[in-house]
Order: sequence, then C-alpha cells, then structure tokens
Amino acid sequence: MEWLLAIRFDFDTVGDFLFDPIILRAMRQTLYIALLAMVLGVGLGVVLAVMRDSRNPIVSAPAGVYVWFWRATPVILQLLMVYFGLRQLIDEDIFRDNWTRFRAAVVTFGLNEAAYMAEIVRGGIQSVEAGQMDAAKSLGMTNMQALRRIILPQAFRVMIPPTGNEFIAMLKNTSVAFAIGVVELLNAARIQAAANFRPMELYTVAAFWYLVLVSIFSLGQAELERVMAVSERERPETLLSRAMAIVGTRRGV
Amino acid sequence: MVRSVDVHKRFGRLEVLRGVSMEVAKGEVVVLIGPSGSGKTTFLRCINHLERIDAGRIYVDGELVGYREKNGRLVEDREREVARKRAAIGMVFQRFNLFPHLTALGNVIEAPIRVKKVPRKEAEETGRERLTKVGLADKLSAYPAQLSGGQQQRVAIARALAMQPKLMLFDEPTSALDPELVGEVLDVMKSLAREGMTMIVVSHEMGFAREVADRIVFMDEGVIVEEGPPEELFLRPSQPRTQAFLSKIL
Repeated sequence: MEWLLAIRFDFDTVGDFLFDPIILRAMRQTLYIALLAMVLGVGLGVVLAVMRDSRNPIVSAPAGVYVWFWRATPVILQLLMVYFGLRQLIDEDIFRDNWTRFRAAVVTFGLNEAAYMAEIVRGGIQSVEAGQMDAAKSLGMTNMQALRRIILPQAFRVMIPPTGNEFIAMLKNTSVAFAIGVVELLNAARIQAAANFRPMELYTVAAFWYLVLVSIFSLGQAELERVMAVSERERPETLLSRAMAIVGTRRGV
Repeated sequence: MVRSVDVHKRFGRLEVLRGVSMEVAKGEVVVLIGPSGSGKTTFLRCINHLERIDAGRIYVDGELVGYREKNGRLVEDREREVARKRAAIGMVFQRFNLFPHLTALGNVIEAPIRVKKVPRKEAEETGRERLTKVGLADKLSAYPAQLSGGQQQRVAIARALAMQPKLMLFDEPTSALDPELVGEVLDVMKSLAREGMTMIVVSHEMGFAREVADRIVFMDEGVIVEEGPPEELFLRPSQPRTQAFLSKIL
C-alpha cells in the first residue's frame, strides 16, 4: 500500500483553474455550441419529420437520405468536411473570413442533431391519437394548421425526455470539435494540462464543469416536463417544485 | 342536404361499402343503425371526406366533398378546398377527441379563430355562450382530463357547432359513456334537432331514435337494407335481416 503515498493530486491546481478565465471562456464555448446546435437541430428536425411522413416521395425521399447520411457517418468526419472541406471548396475570402471554427461546429452539430431529432419528432407525432387529426380536420383545419396547433403541442410532451437525452449527449460530444481546433472545455483543459504538466487536475476541472452543465439541464428538463403536463392531475413533482414548495411554506405563503 | 349515390369503399380486400345510396333533406334527422362492421361509421366518415371513396358520389348541399368531377371521374380536391368544405360539416366522435392541451373554451374557439379568422374576443364570447347552452358555463377553463365523459362530449358538440355547420354527423356519440351520463348528451342532441339542424346519427339509442329521428336507416354488410320512419321500421320491419337485428337490441 506504500504506492498510495506516492499519489500527488494537487487540489490547489484544481482550485486555481476552476474559475480560470480561459477555462470559463471555453466552458461558454461548449455551452453556446450545444445550445445553438440544439435550436437548429430541433427546428430542422421538425421539418424533416414532417417531410418524411409525407405521402409524396419527392418530399419524403430527400428527408430519408438526409437522416441516413448524418446518422451513418462519424461526427468527427462531418466536422472535418464542414470546416476544412468547405473552406477548400469555396475559395472566397469573404466565406473564409466568416466561416469560423465556432460557426462550423454549430452548423455541424446542428445538422447532425437534426437527423436524430427527426426520428424523435416522428415518434412524438405518431404517439398522438389518430382521432386528434380526425377532429382537427373535421373542423376545417388544413394539415399544417392541425400539425402546428393540435398535433405538435401534444407530440412535444412525449419528445421532452428523449430530447433531453440528445441534448446531454451532444453537450458532451462538442468536445470532438477539437478536431477542427475549437477551444471548447475539454480542449482548453487539455492545452492547460500540457502547459502545466498537471493533466489529472485539469481533467478534473473539465469534468467538474461538464457535471455542472448537465445537472443544470437535467433540472431544467424535469421542470419543463412539469409545465407541459396536460393537467394538474398528471403534473409530476420535481426537485425544483418541491424546493419551491418548502420555501413557500417557510415564508408562510 | 346530403345525397349519396352508389358509394363504394374498400380497405384493401375488404369491401366495407357496397353501393350506398341515400338522401337526407334539410332539417331532417336520420339515425343509422346496424350491426358492428356494417359500414355505418365508414359511411359517416366518407361524408366529410375523412375517408376516400372508391366509387360513387356524395354531395353535401349540392357540392361534392373532397372531389371534383373531371370527364366523369373523381379527382381529389386540393387540401384547402377539402378543408373549406369540411368546415361546414360538424362531426362528433365516439371517443370525443377533444384537444387535451386546450381548455374547454380553447377547444371551442380554436377552429373559429384559425379557420374562420374570427377575432379572438368575438370567438371567446360566442364560445362562452355555446358552452353555457350545453350546460357547461362553469367549466370554461377546465381541461378535458378534468371533465366527465358526458361533459367532454358536450364540449365536443359545442366545438363542432362553433363552426356554424349546416350538417352535423354523430358517430356513436354516447357509446363510450357511462350509462348515467348518456341522458345529458342526448338532451343536447334533442334540442339541436328541435332547432332544425340536419343530423345524421350513428347510434343504438332506440329511445332517442324513436323520439327524434325522422327516419331510421338500417345498414348491414355495406348496403342499406331497409329504411323508414321509426314507428314503422321498429314495429313492422319488412326484411328478415332487420327483424333479426332488432330482436337482438330491442
């Protein structure tokens, strides 16, 4: 057991770098890439899901091919193609100046996420009873009106848990963006680790921030599920709602 | 108001409607009866084009619904046109099909606002009146999950009426209800019939049929077997199939 004494984990280094401006900036990069990509992914995912369920093959086939391509190739390859590949193909200064690593990462993760979201949205739409569409149509709504006002609001509730999973997975996957030189959380930690010869401490810092980010979003997801519940009766309790209730009773509300 | 001519409909190999012809006059209340699988519900769904038909014609107020006629053949209408014609035909479903994410009032005003472009304030006002009329003045902001089956079905009727339809279709409106809740829904339908609404009702509520229907239509195996005024059809059915069916349910 003597080897245990040889372990030198420097807690001071962890403390020094936990709120280091470079690390915090990288953490924000990670967060921004994930959030923007998710917005793009959900938006495009809804469009793709609706396209795929179209009876017209000219509409549904491209959506099928899209999902197939983005799901069947590694995200690291997609990053390389979207950043380096496009810079090679589009040899214009105005494009090269604007096509930053950060933007390429947002677009790649967004397009990639859309392929997975398309399947989740499709599952959500299919989970809504057929009678809902009948009722909407019998009232004179077009397919689009029925989809937007009746079907999707109900589908979203079913979509929240798998979408939350997707978001958490993607948040962590943004670390792959180091392949095109984005200084996101893990990459920043790696660079600092090399410069300071303190890999374990710096990886711990990175792990800490990933844990914090994912925990915040897990709480947010539970809260969203609560708000989207159909009625009070089905409304689940969440950590936050319980905490609020306790605070409320203490205040005598 | 409704004229159906030799309507055929098949699901794959199964021929559900095998030449259905009938007419419903303005203000008339017709009750469709028949064993399950006889094609009653399918026929009802063909009238507002929730189902396509394979042959024949269905006219509502003189117009084909969901189709145009081109060189003697049926061509499906554009979606907007289908939706426009459907808006004039109200439908009430067996399982209510209320929108669970909207309140009772929300259910009633949704289509007038989105489809008819009625201003929200005006839609809310008439919506409140309609819900009051079906006895739900105190349930405006309740969600469907908080309502009993009978209350839900009354909201569904108010929702269909909010589009000011010229024809109402009822697909077994009381068969998913607990027995003690059937009456409140039938009462709403009765008063609607008294106001002169044209109604086609698929139902096995014989009391309702006797009291309200102008005509009973008995369907079996995709065709109309017999039709007539309730007292005549119930007391003196001429066809053996009608007799056999009535002996089971009366």
